[in-house]
Amino acid sequence: MAYSVKINGKTYNVDVDGDTPLLWVLRDVLGMIGTKFGCGIAQCGACTVHVDGAATRSCVTPVESLNGSAITTIEAIGATAAGAKVQKAWLDREVVQCGYCQSGQIMAAAALLAANPKPTDSDIDDAMSGNICRCGTYGRIREAIKQAAQPATQSKGG
Amino acid sequence: MTDLSRRHLLRAGAAAGGGLLLSFSLPFGSQAATAFAPNAYVRVGEDGSIVLTMPYVEMGQGTYTAIPMLIAEELEVGLGQVQLEHAPPDEKTYGNPLLAGVQATGGSTAIMASWQPLRQAGAVARTLLVAAAAKRWNVEPASCRAEKGEVVHPPTGRRLKYGAVAADAARMPVPKDVPLKDPKDFKLIGTPAKRLDAPAKVNGTAVYGIDVRPHGVKIATLTQSPVFGGKLKSVDDTAAKAVKGVRQIVRLDDCVAVVADHMGAAKKGLAALKIEWDEGPHARLTTADVARDLEQATLNAGPVAENIGDAAKALESAATKVDATYQVPFLAHATMEPMNCTVHVAKDRCEVWVGTQVAARAQAAAAKVTGLPLEKVVLHNHLIGGGFGRRLEVDGVTRAVQIAQKVDGPVKVVWTREEDIQHDMYRPYWFDRLSAGLDETGKPVAWNHRFAGSSVVARWLPPGFNNGLDPDSIEGAAKFIYGLPNKHVEYLRVEPPGVPTAFWRSVGPSHTIFVVESFMDELAAAAKQDPVAYRLALLDKTPRTKAVLTLAAEKAGWGQALPAGIGRGVSVQNVFGSHLAQVAEVEVAKDGTVRVRRVVAAIDCGIVINPDTVRAQIESATIFGISAALYGEITVKDGRVEQSNFDTYRVLRLDEAPKIEVHIVQSGDAPGGMGEPGTSAIVPAIANAIFAATGKRLRKMPIDSELLKRPA
Repeated sequence: MAYSVKINGKTYNVDVDGDTPLLWVLRDVLGMIGTKFGCGIAQCGACTVHVDGAATRSCVTPVESLNGSAITTIEAIGATAAGAKVQKAWLDREVVQCGYCQSGQIMAAAALLAANPKPTDSDIDDAMSGNICRCGTYGRIREAIKQAAQPATQSKGG
Repeated sequence: MTDLSRRHLLRAGAAAGGGLLLSFSLPFGSQAATAFAPNAYVRVGEDGSIVLTMPYVEMGQGTYTAIPMLIAEELEVGLGQVQLEHAPPDEKTYGNPLLAGVQATGGSTAIMASWQPLRQAGAVARTLLVAAAAKRWNVEPASCRAEKGEVVHPPTGRRLKYGAVAADAARMPVPKDVPLKDPKDFKLIGTPAKRLDAPAKVNGTAVYGIDVRPHGVKIATLTQSPVFGGKLKSVDDTAAKAVKGVRQIVRLDDCVAVVADHMGAAKKGLAALKIEWDEGPHARLTTADVARDLEQATLNAGPVAENIGDAAKALESAATKVDATYQVPFLAHATMEPMNCTVHVAKDRCEVWVGTQVAARAQAAAAKVTGLPLEKVVLHNHLIGGGFGRRLEVDGVTRAVQIAQKVDGPVKVVWTREEDIQHDMYRPYWFDRLSAGLDETGKPVAWNHRFAGSSVVARWLPPGFNNGLDPDSIEGAAKFIYGLPNKHVEYLRVEPPGVPTAFWRSVGPSHTIFVVESFMDELAAAAKQDPVAYRLALLDKTPRTKAVLTLAAEKAGWGQALPAGIGRGVSVQNVFGSHLAQVAEVEVAKDGTVRVRRVVAAIDCGIVINPDTVRAQIESATIFGISAALYGEITVKDGRVEQSNFDTYRVLRLDEAPKIEVHIVQSGDAPGGMGEPGTSAIVPAIANAIFAATGKRLRKMPIDSELLKRPA
């Protein structure tokens, strides 16, 4: 049957089985390829999106469970205050390598900062340890989150 | 020149954030006709575009920044002025001289291979552009200079952009060699340049192989015989065909694929298949069988990789003897981007979209399956979401083309993570036997090392396997850094039944450095000497190696007291043309859990191109090695891989990642490789730190916490 899904402020109607994970609706049905497939069982975080602001693994989120929730993806996260800060910090700190996991990392970090503007190391551990990076950019991710958490005036030049 | 319409361009332009924007554009089209292209790497259009063709693929290692730096340094352009494109498959033009001419990105070779020729490519282009401008002004070329994409004539203040003289430059004879800059005049090389691929990777627009969407593409996922070498016996696809969105079931000899409108339907269809397999000859294979074969093999002599003096005789008269055996497991690559390949097979043409470390081999694989000539196979290469050696293989391309042959229109074949891990080609299992003799002062006077395992080179590059030996398997074991009077090294190639093997980040040294640096630690312990001092005494003939060890020890506070349960371990190596020492600080909990708290690395990789990339690669390779040391193990039971996803093939996570400090030694030597050294170095440093913390020597990877448990 058809489901109505609200993504980045726009509503889309998709005709798929209700148990279809949101990830495939994004990538294959709607062509929004910024959200990545990594494991399919919520173990790696590459597919992280926001569902009503909360970091959510889209690979295990059936489209029928959304019930009109607002989805935000990497394509639109730069329009949020936390997302823009995170993206800038990611560039300033040269976080990325292969980059494949970074959409998910950025979505997880943006959700963390939106909910908790001054995260401790332990908060960062809790929010980010579900996101695997095989290039091992973890140290820079931590630094970038700390930079993004600074007030804007202090973040210049990293 | 190759058909430019077949290439995808990566456009890099100034972005608001101060970085560079990298994205795919439409094929290049007519611009090329009037462009100045003195070689295969540089093209200047009359419209002012400066396009650099990347002979090595970007998979995180920073090559799409470092290679442009080499060219731009001599071409006298800013990194913000260039566009990048992936090289097309063309082994003659883009073959890697350090990998026997194969068009391959691997073995940490790109900078070593490019250091001279790509600076030369930039310098030749610049020389011609300057000459063209000088001719137009009717002045001596020597009175002009190039800067930021322009030719300048300082006496008169005249300037011409490169694009304005491109057509004239194209008509001039191309010089073979022009002088290169003195390193002291470098403007870009050695400075921390921003990665050109970063902006697209933080805003979701970077296009990996898995992201392509040719018009009308369908999505397929597959299941291959769970037992290595098994065949498909029967499949009941009634339920699968009933799944909404499933379009087709494809049967191959040893594989079934479900073709659907989207991956969700394909996976659901796959789960609904009832498949019977003919399990074939390996149905009872276990890892223990493989290990036993290797162990047995090392009881007999093998081809001699190195012989110095008379190690057997020296061992007989040694004051102290030390014997040990070591083992390292099969490992999966587990790249974050699962294996995938998109293919459109038409009657007289085949188009392939993939991220590959071996573009020409990928093209050839598609040609072989389809029977088409090479020129009828169009290959589009892409950014790679993690290579680590996995994408030096074309098994995935072959498989995808086999499936696509049975599908009308383009099909994207995507491996599930389970399929990716259970049908990887694995880092070989190795078994090592060592014996050493020390004199009365504890100094090693005899070193015997014999090991057995798969030779990836023998399959991947057969001419590289000679007299039973290949340079990769023995790197780090033969001709190593230490000066020893009597040394004997033998290698036996033993292929595991059924289990395919492949290169894996840090390749041969991922095994040899663990064994050599662990055993050297054993000798230091047997001699009751400090592990750093013991090594330093053997490094007089390798001063660069000695210097990094000294630096790492100093920066790590070697010798300073640590709390109980925490130890420091060291390793040092010279592989991939770079000298690296690491000190790991490791905590072993009462329950045997191991935590790497801090890693200090000192690196001398010769002239540094992009220092931030050197740091990033040490950090990255170190984390990769810690994952392997703590958790990495692929085991086989009943002919099947037992691990399947990140829950059973565990890798390091952010909360487990240590602080990593990188100290770079200034050097005027030619550049060495940086993508892999950190992985081989960290594993023995951890094992040696565990010994320092607990007195327990772990000779088999991965670390078995059960062996480290202390009584409550």
